[in-house]
Amino acid sequence: MGNVLVVAEVADGKLRKTTHSAVTFAKEAAAQLGGSYDILVIGAGVDGAAADAAKLGAGKVLVADDASLTNYLAETYAPTVAEIGKGYSVVCGTASPYGKDLLARVAGKLDAGFASDITSLLPQEGGKLTYKRPIYAGNAFVVCQLASDVEIVTVRQSAFDAAAEGGDSPVEKAAVAGASAAKDRIEWVNFNSVKSERPELAEADVVVSGGRALKEQFYEILDPLADVLGAAIGASRAACDAGYCAPDLQVGQTGKIVAPGLYIAIGISGAIQHLAGMKSSKVIVAINKDEEAPIYQITDYGLVADLFKAVPELTEKIKAAKA
Amino acid sequence: MKVLVPLKRVADPDNANKVKVPADGSKVDTGSLEWKANPFDEYALETALRLTEDGKAQKKRLGEVVVATFGPKDTETTLRAALATGADRAIRVDVEDEAIDGLLVAKALAKIVEEEKPDLVLLGKQQVDGDTNQVGQLLAELLDWPMATFAGTVQEEDGALLVGREVDGGQLDVRVKLPALVTVDLRVVNPTSVYSKVTDKEKFKYAEGVRFAPLPAIMKARKKPLDVKKLGDLVSDTAQKVKYIRYEAPPQRKAGEKVADVDTLVSKLKNEAKVL
Ligand SMILES: Cc1cc2nc3c(=O)[nH]c(=O)nc-3n(C[C@H](O)[C@H](O)[C@H](O)COP(=O)(O)OP(=O)(O)OC[C@H]3O[C@@H](n4cnc5c(N)ncnc54)[C@H](O)[C@@H]3O)c2cc1C
Ligand SMILES: Nc1ncnc2c1ncn2[C@@H]1O[C@H](COP(=O)(O)O)[C@@H](O)[C@H]1O
Repeated sequence: MGNVLVVAEVADGKLRKTTHSAVTFAKEAAAQLGGSYDILVIGAGVDGAAADAAKLGAGKVLVADDASLTNYLAETYAPTVAEIGKGYSVVCGTASPYGKDLLARVAGKLDAGFASDITSLLPQEGGKLTYKRPIYAGNAFVVCQLASDVEIVTVRQSAFDAAAEGGDSPVEKAAVAGASAAKDRIEWVNFNSVKSERPELAEADVVVSGGRALKEQFYEILDPLADVLGAAIGASRAACDAGYCAPDLQVGQTGKIVAPGLYIAIGISGAIQHLAGMKSSKVIVAINKDEEAPIYQITDYGLVADLFKAVPELTEKIKAAKA
Repeated sequence: MKVLVPLKRVADPDNANKVKVPADGSKVDTGSLEWKANPFDEYALETALRLTEDGKAQKKRLGEVVVATFGPKDTETTLRAALATGADRAIRVDVEDEAIDGLLVAKALAKIVEEEKPDLVLLGKQQVDGDTNQVGQLLAELLDWPMATFAGTVQEEDGALLVGREVDGGQLDVRVKLPALVTVDLRVVNPTSVYSKVTDKEKFKYAEGVRFAPLPAIMKARKKPLDVKKLGDLVSDTAQKVKYIRYEAPPQRKAGEKVADVDTLVSKLKNEAKVL
């Protein structure tokens, strides 16, 4: 028997959808271990998020709520997560920047093995939880196990469906652990938010992604198409580096991993690192003026055209087709 | 400022689609690929160099940069390249790639930090072959140091660094007092991302990307110190906590069709793929 702890992710007082994928994993892992899963909601003023978490079927929701946790820093969060987590067989979260930052630090604190960014939980082998994770930009997978009392896992959001809501878990207060020495040497200064009204990249059914070719007209060209499709906007590294769009739109091996129902790559060549972030999408479309572009090796539908003409036309015709 | 930069070599990431997994799943065969420095580690080195110089007078080094790698003898090529680019000294911990995991690397690095006493450890945010993204965080925790992961900008201040972290929804600025640990993201090598205290950030812009070693520097690098250590001298318990059991090839996606025009595309999306 063993139990699983999900470390929830909170933004603006609300539970982030990233959490729901970790819960799906936790459900599977707890079933294999013959145990149950709890959710830890940590932060300051997180009652709302805790109430959201209580709808996800957990044995209980633990709430570590304290003014000292107002702005997220791994240095202040990790001691509490580790203190609570050490009573569990598995501590998990999602491989978002938050999960990667925090849970690796927790692994260090607990001297624990860490399987990052897993894409599936396999049936147990030799009585141990067995994970699968991509390596070499998704060009191979490794099956692995961890050898420590507590196992730390982050899951790839696009590989685990969001847990459905249902149920009403009891909510309990959890103690906040004393902070580490590191905390006194770090200061949270400012968050420059680039919030958009569009769906989150990792959760959207449709993603419209732009590359270097869009230049300064990145949003001018993509916004109308994203509007008619209700899509999230993504980008290649080159577009982000050039400052045509915000860095957190980067799709790829070292950016966000997405697997929407429809992915439209516009003016993107299709480098290995980009493909790693989107090749699990259901339907892939590319618009590129170079018919030899590597992106066409994985597209369902390719349109060889000048994007500055094709995208506005596509936008109008989709609008008409949907009307 | 003294900076420690752990560097890993990886199989050429731009050709990662050529790796092969044999049917028995015993390994990933990277045989046909050249070794390259992990790009993020090249960015970490570039960051370290920018932080230990006046951008206008880069030849005059104002601090010390020590590079370290874990790997067999032939990884010394990667270290020599880093020395040629501007690092002062190198350390190689002699170990086979398969014999280490992130926690072991972090524990051994903690010992090296104890010996070297750097003001800053700068790492890549992830190795692009194992894609694990953990060594920096693990090491910061073992040292009980403040960390700033996924750095897009780094600005030196008196005894501290102001770091812009790339996170979901924007950029998070944190100030870490030295000694501290930073892992770098891609944008850190943009022209105005990193400034030491002495570089005039109003007037000076770096060239995009990482600097290259001039030929004479490659010759001189052969003479720079390169120490070799054993893993067992740095950590007492060399057992791995992450066990790789077997490898699998990914599902293949095959190329579909090219459509003639926008009308055809819309009609296929609507009637065939049914995604509109
Ligand atoms: C360590 C590392 C990590 C990386 N991680 C990522 C990652 O996570 N995600 C990522 O995307 N990249 C990543 N990259 C970068 C990657 O290797 C490529 O450089 C990048 O994806 C290229 O972006 P792009 O396709 O927009 O630009 P380009 O390769 O320059 O392609 C532009 C394309 O636009 C087409 N085009 C030009 N004009 C038009 C027009 N008018 N109409 C139609 N088509 C046009 C061209 O034919 C070309 O195919 C990484 C690289 C490194 C080294
Ligand atoms: N074998 C190694 N030798 C030197 N540095 C390493 C090694 N493995 C990881 N690192 C460092 O840790 C960073 C993060 O790697 P990882 O957490 O393994 O994805 C890398 O960018 C390197 O700076």
